[in-house]
Amino acid sequence: MEENQLAVKCKNLIKIYGEGTGKIVALRGIDLEVKSGELMMLAGPSGCGKTTLISVIASILDQDSGECKVYGHELKDLNKDEKIAFRAKNIGFVFQAFNLFPTLTAAENVAIPLIIGGMDHTVATQKGADLLEQMGLGDRATSFPTDLSGGQQQRVAIARALIHNPRLIVCDEPTSALDGETGHKIMELMKSIAVDKTRTLIVVTHDSRIFQFADRIAKMEDGHILKVTSNYKEFE
Amino acid sequence: MLVGDRGKFLGIILGLSFASLIMTQQPGLFVGIMTRAYSFITDLGQPDIWVMDPTVQYIDDIKPMPDTYLYRVASVEGVKWAVPLYKGTIQVRLHSGTFQTCNLIGLDDTTLVGAPAVMLEGRIADLRRAYGIIVNLEGVLDKLANPPTYPGGPKIPLRVGQEIELNNNRGIVVGIALTTRTFQSQPVIFTTYSNATLFTPPQMNLLSFVLVKAKPGQNLDVLCKRIKRLTGLVAYTKQQFKDLTVNYYLKYTAIPINYGVSVLLGFLVGAAIAGQTFYNFTLENLRYFGVLKAMGTSDRTLLYMIIFQALIVSFIGYGIGVGCTGIFVFLTRNTVVAFRFPWQLFVFSTVGITLISSFAALLSIRKVIKLEPAVVFRS
Repeated sequence: MEENQLAVKCKNLIKIYGEGTGKIVALRGIDLEVKSGELMMLAGPSGCGKTTLISVIASILDQDSGECKVYGHELKDLNKDEKIAFRAKNIGFVFQAFNLFPTLTAAENVAIPLIIGGMDHTVATQKGADLLEQMGLGDRATSFPTDLSGGQQQRVAIARALIHNPRLIVCDEPTSALDGETGHKIMELMKSIAVDKTRTLIVVTHDSRIFQFADRIAKMEDGHILKVTSNYKEFE
Repeated sequence: MLVGDRGKFLGIILGLSFASLIMTQQPGLFVGIMTRAYSFITDLGQPDIWVMDPTVQYIDDIKPMPDTYLYRVASVEGVKWAVPLYKGTIQVRLHSGTFQTCNLIGLDDTTLVGAPAVMLEGRIADLRRAYGIIVNLEGVLDKLANPPTYPGGPKIPLRVGQEIELNNNRGIVVGIALTTRTFQSQPVIFTTYSNATLFTPPQMNLLSFVLVKAKPGQNLDVLCKRIKRLTGLVAYTKQQFKDLTVNYYLKYTAIPINYGVSVLLGFLVGAAIAGQTFYNFTLENLRYFGVLKAMGTSDRTLLYMIIFQALIVSFIGYGIGVGCTGIFVFLTRNTVVAFRFPWQLFVFSTVGITLISSFAALLSIRKVIKLEPAVVFRS
């Protein structure tokens, strides 16, 4: 695969938690390539290292050895401030528990990445409201998270991940807190809005109901990637 | 973020309000009491210098001197005038038959220097009438008032023209004056120096202080030293005498310790409540701080967020605390309660609340700065 087509390239990636007898090797030499514009899912049992892997790829966790390049940037070569700036510009996050700020409206929640980027609060909030309108949540822009359903909250979270137009979006179990139908709709939304030629999605999931939305699925176990396939039926 | 958690927000405000209240009200009372300790010096506006026996430690520590000392002081170069002042206590027999201890002030017969500045009834010059006395308002209304006309009824204020018995001597009220309350809150009776010698029990020396007015352009410190050198007495400027009095109370009474303990407890309780609540709030919202970190918020911005929130709660808490102190002052304005709030106290309480808030914020800042953003993916 051409280097410039790659969004993520991990080579012999190792991550170890703790020391001595309490040492846990979470990633045992991961090799993974994710193309730009691809929706890649990481699947596997609990504790297999999925979350650790996306944490390293999202540059919120440092690897112990190996390479991890995201859009050509070797993460271990970035210092702390550079990583913060890199995340602010290039990474969007979608969480299992939504993690919307309860004291902010939906539009204000969506606007957070823009405000972090230095945009004026009012302008950013208006942009947030506009994006929610595009996503069919225009009438809930001034609602607080507690007044929204689980599906609506996750849509707001997706809008928040998209608002600053990042090149990589990492999602941790985005549908596991939702019922099957809502989870399906959320994945349809992500597939239609979030993925394009310049943007990549990496989704960690246990939820086999959404495997069909993946371009490729990487099966992980005990810190290894066992296989990568584009045929989701292999996992059903 | 903090405002969204009303319970914790109110908890922190409550802690800071409590600390602010204690840290303004208690020192205010302390300053008020200390001010009363030297109120008599403040009330006597005219003299520049107070001359007294060298062993005097504070304003109420009277060591009588021979009258001839007045002339020795008056003859010192740089003294424009010098007048005698008697200050002591006397037993007044009330119409009810009981006795009341009063402060008796004997003023120079000729100049009446030291007379009260504000007369509510009568004239200062009437002190020269036979047995004439001027009584302060608090004495007239309360401790020297006439007994009620029926059991349990209100006391009847002493009136101008009424007689009272001072140490088996007749005194006629010729005026009522407004004075600053004294430390002991005893009634104050003004009379002439010569009348004072009649009212008080016979004793060899009666001269309590010599009040001195310096000639224009005379350096007061230099004059004090000259008086001391030439007479063997001590001479203080008004401020020096106030300081001497306050220092005595600070050194030899438990007043500052009592108030200091209250202030310290207020500070510690406020710090404990505010610190713990603010820290708990941070712990409970760590995942949100983690989300912000993951999204690319710098540690510096998070630091500003925490400090801003600490400042907001400090400002509100301090406002409520000082407001409560203000209400306390308003409700006790016409009572015996002493209260003063000089600018130094404002600075002191502001620094105290800032310290508490900083302490609360520091606990949280440490936690948030050390937080790994990867925490956002942990369930």
